[in-house]
Amino acid sequence: MSYLTPKSTEEALALLGQAGADVLAGGTDFFPSRGTRPQTRSILDLGQIDSLRGIEKTARGWRIGAMTTWSQIQRADLPPAFDALKRAAREVGSVQIQNRGTIAGNLCNASPAADGVPPLLALNAEVEIGSPGATRRVALSDFVTGVRRVALSPGELVLAVHVPSLPDDAVSHFLKLGSRRYLVISIAMTAAVLELDGPRIATARVAVGACSPVAQRLPGLEAALVGLTAAEVAALPVVPETHLAPLAPIADVRGSAAYRMRAVADLCRRTVIAAMTGGTTDE
Amino acid sequence: MNKPMQEVLTRFDLNGEAVQVTPATGERLSQSLRERLGARDVKVGCDAGDCGACTVLLDGAPVCACLVATQQVEGCSVETLAGLAETDSVASRLAESFQDHGAAQCGICTPGMMVSAVALLRETPEPTETQIQDALGGVLCRCTGYRKIIDAVAAVPSRLDGQGGIGGSIRRLDGLPKVTGQEAFGDDVAPAGTLEVRLIRSPYPHAAFTLGDLEGWQATQRGIEAVLTAADVPGRNRFGVIPAFVDQPVFAEGVTRFRGEAVAAVVGTPEAIRALDLDAFPVTWTERPATLDIVSAQADGAALLHEDRAGNVMCGGFVAHGDADAGLAAADIVVEGHFQSGFVEHAYIEPEAGFAQVVDGRLEIHACTQAPVMDLESMEDILGMERGQIRIVPTAVGGGFGSKLDISVQPYLALGALKTGRPVRLAYSRVESMQSTTKRHPSDIHLRIGATRDGKLSGFSFYGEFNTGAYASWGPTVANRVPVHASGPYRIADYRAEAKGIHTHCPPSGAFRGFGVPQSAIAQESLFDELAGRLEMDPLDFRLLNVLEDGQPTVCGQVFQQGVGIRQCLEALQPAWRTERAAAEAFNAAQTGPLRRGVGIASGWYGCGNTSLPNPSTIRAGVLPDGTVVLHQGAMDIGQGANTVIAQIFATALGVSVETIRIVGPDTDITPDAGKTSASRQTFVSGNAARLCGTALRSAILRSVNAGDEAALNFGGGQIHVAGTGEVHEIALGDLQQGDLGYVFEAVESYDPPTKPLDANGQGEPYAQFGYAAHLAVIEVDTALGTIRPLRFVAAHDVGRAINPMLVEGQIHGGIAQGLGMALMEEFIPGRTENLHDYLIPTIGDIPPIESVIVEVPDAHGPYGAKGLGEHALIPTAPALLNAIAHATGTRITRVPVTPSRLSAALRGDTDE
Repeated sequence: MSYLTPKSTEEALALLGQAGADVLAGGTDFFPSRGTRPQTRSILDLGQIDSLRGIEKTARGWRIGAMTTWSQIQRADLPPAFDALKRAAREVGSVQIQNRGTIAGNLCNASPAADGVPPLLALNAEVEIGSPGATRRVALSDFVTGVRRVALSPGELVLAVHVPSLPDDAVSHFLKLGSRRYLVISIAMTAAVLELDGPRIATARVAVGACSPVAQRLPGLEAALVGLTAAEVAALPVVPETHLAPLAPIADVRGSAAYRMRAVADLCRRTVIAAMTGGTTDE
Repeated sequence: MNKPMQEVLTRFDLNGEAVQVTPATGERLSQSLRERLGARDVKVGCDAGDCGACTVLLDGAPVCACLVATQQVEGCSVETLAGLAETDSVASRLAESFQDHGAAQCGICTPGMMVSAVALLRETPEPTETQIQDALGGVLCRCTGYRKIIDAVAAVPSRLDGQGGIGGSIRRLDGLPKVTGQEAFGDDVAPAGTLEVRLIRSPYPHAAFTLGDLEGWQATQRGIEAVLTAADVPGRNRFGVIPAFVDQPVFAEGVTRFRGEAVAAVVGTPEAIRALDLDAFPVTWTERPATLDIVSAQADGAALLHEDRAGNVMCGGFVAHGDADAGLAAADIVVEGHFQSGFVEHAYIEPEAGFAQVVDGRLEIHACTQAPVMDLESMEDILGMERGQIRIVPTAVGGGFGSKLDISVQPYLALGALKTGRPVRLAYSRVESMQSTTKRHPSDIHLRIGATRDGKLSGFSFYGEFNTGAYASWGPTVANRVPVHASGPYRIADYRAEAKGIHTHCPPSGAFRGFGVPQSAIAQESLFDELAGRLEMDPLDFRLLNVLEDGQPTVCGQVFQQGVGIRQCLEALQPAWRTERAAAEAFNAAQTGPLRRGVGIASGWYGCGNTSLPNPSTIRAGVLPDGTVVLHQGAMDIGQGANTVIAQIFATALGVSVETIRIVGPDTDITPDAGKTSASRQTFVSGNAARLCGTALRSAILRSVNAGDEAALNFGGGQIHVAGTGEVHEIALGDLQQGDLGYVFEAVESYDPPTKPLDANGQGEPYAQFGYAAHLAVIEVDTALGTIRPLRFVAAHDVGRAINPMLVEGQIHGGIAQGLGMALMEEFIPGRTENLHDYLIPTIGDIPPIESVIVEVPDAHGPYGAKGLGEHALIPTAPALLNAIAHATGTRITRVPVTPSRLSAALRGDTDE
């Protein structure tokens, strides 16, 4: 049982192949899930690999290193399309969690209530996955496959999250619904990334978390939003069967399934309007 | 290249000094700091990032040390409160400010709060309230209600005043260690490397079990020194807090009755305990059908949890006064309702913890507790040991609220120390703490109340069943207290109330701030608003029309000729009531969106001390030959401030400044029995003992020189300087004979509140005094989402005489926060919400500004007129919020917590989804 601290992704991938270790990123899900059980496997700590940190502009968009923390995302100089992601970053747990928790850790933990997933879905994010000698990219929507399940084969590591370029004037917003102000697991959360044509929506991407095993885009609602003004969005009757089709919320201690569907309809409207008006809204 | 790290040092900077440790693979930084580097100022509340108590600065940024592997901080800087308090100017300023505002009560969250605040203030020296909330949102506090923490970080001017006499808002006398990281709680006293205890607990609510080859198993385990089971209990394998209901085994025998019940314990080295694979422990479980609610527990043929308790009824309580049915028949309007509440978890941030050792053949238990002498009595019984062979040394207590009245870790510590002959320690994990210790009783209440057209109450009929869980704990007290209090502080001539405790395969329900009264107050105060509505009366006027007054009998037939202060509390709310109701109605009239505001009020009362039972407190004090005045203070300070309040009372009675007194204890070898910290009794009962003790000591001194009562005393330099009118005496203390404890003057005084037994109809004199309270809550409801945002509280409390107004406000704020949690978010579900991310308590962003109105209607029995406060701080909060919801939305909610999901359903007319 060793504590492994590779300095490069190549080294990390090589060690992962040999050791069958538990991967440690920010630790904010690693330690709670371990609880009081003893550590019986080696640990592969990704914290000393510089190439996994930071956000950079690429030819086709943005690359967010796997080990980038939520605090770093909040402070990054990013266009308004990332406002939803930044707002989500401020809602992940607490400041303490945001200072350690990483974007890839949030994705790999694959909680249905992961705050980072809806904004990244709305940004059409892709996940860069490394294996010894190779990398591949999958759409985020294909990466998270179920509750606590991701499309990561043994020996693979997430290296980065890629966000394709968006027009500079694209706007976004994120809302989280919980039973208390801080440190709360979402009952539901919504993210919207919009391109506007004057006062009207030209394209819309809306995603919802905590209302299905994996956060979902809402193509029906997105289509219905095109061409609407903010006032028209406010008056839009949300039809669950068409607009919220991929959602399948469960009842749990945080709320009933029917409540989640009702709340999401309202949250979607509020999120889209807030993105359009640039203002905050009552959460 | 990488190598195995077990042999490799991790080097980092701790509070400015280079340190190195050799942690186990993946060891939590909190563990390394506490156990390898002695940084016990880093508190562990949950090991899951849910409470923030272990917050440290890692390269300047706040992180939860429980979520960081020690190896991750190689080469980094780590700062903890103890280091910051010594060297950091921001932390030093905060340490003063926290004390000036009473921002640390029990102190267990204080390191996390202060460290987080240091990080904020370094970047933002003058933060807004929102910035403070954002920065401190990751640290939970269960005592303060957060508002004084916000004030302390914002450095608003403090309102300290006075020299420590009666009525002086002075700093806590025990406050300094809480803000410097020096306070030692239950898990902070054992030396590093001490043997540890780990319990084997039932994974099922109800199961039969057999233990396998324990010796054989132990032989395969390196570092396991002992295995403990029921067979190792030398005395009675039972504990409980009420003599007729001592029913809970230390270790279950053959059958477990709730999930988390202990069946065995292992004692081993820290390394062995950490490596323990509990799944391999030789125990075989056979799950049995469980009754988890009071309906199935009372169904025909339901299995009995305890064979001598038919129908699974533990016991009941009953009060009848006048003729409830006749009153209801004579009423012009009768309202009725069915009200329900769930388990509520105390959620103190300090899990139960302690340390035990055998010293010169005597057993010493150092643990967090609210009731050291009750602990002593339980241990006598369980261990079959002479009382004189046991010493209970309470540590600082990181919150109690009722649950630390019962023993938890103590018998396991004792048995472990006795069996191994070595010191042992035990700290419950958060999950264990939540699974196995007591809860607030779930309630199921049917209530009918009548009134005549003129608004006078006419008939009140209450029936409540309380889920008391698997064992009795304080369930009988709840069953007795509820019928006595269910009327609220009102004159009700025709009254009947019955309460029953019902056993289920749930964790034992016990004492929690209010002993069932917060639950009954929800029913009564909600229906009062309904009645006022039906009568078309203002809800506050309706209450004022029916308040209990001096000279009127309570529902127990007890007549207080003085000291009834509920009218004054309600009248104190009148200005805010008028302006806030009008403002809310104007706000709502202007709304086109989903927001609605509402304003609600509710009252409460609470009988201070045991119900018709003796509960004396004894306080000792003495003067040493050098002139030092020593106060033996055994009234447990669990954050509420007894160390300060008792000293203020004693100092006033003696006629000296409080700073001159040296406080010793609590320690059953040193401090006489000041009873339990429970039932809002310490200020009243122990306060009276302190007053009598101070007076007696003063009299003895004055008598020795024949000085008059008015003489001023000054102690010091081996003398007492007695300055009377026209004459001055110097008592040279070195010349006087010393008593057994080395005192040249000494006094020991006791006080037991005068009560009389209750008869079969609950008529009698259950308490010598009540405290009274009324709360006003202003809220905003988002009717589309079902969310509730509290905007303001105004809280009026009749405390008779505020010994220390700052501490009184601290109790009010903390009570409101707990009442708000109970009303809006808290519900413990065994097996489902056994952690602090599924079980939610309010955060710093959930408590709005609170205006405290301290009402002082002196009580003839109270020390200097003082009444108890601890529980009535909480009682009116939940019903005030429910009444505010009804005002805002027109919808009456009868089940707490009112989660967004439930409120949304109710607003649509669905009972539940």
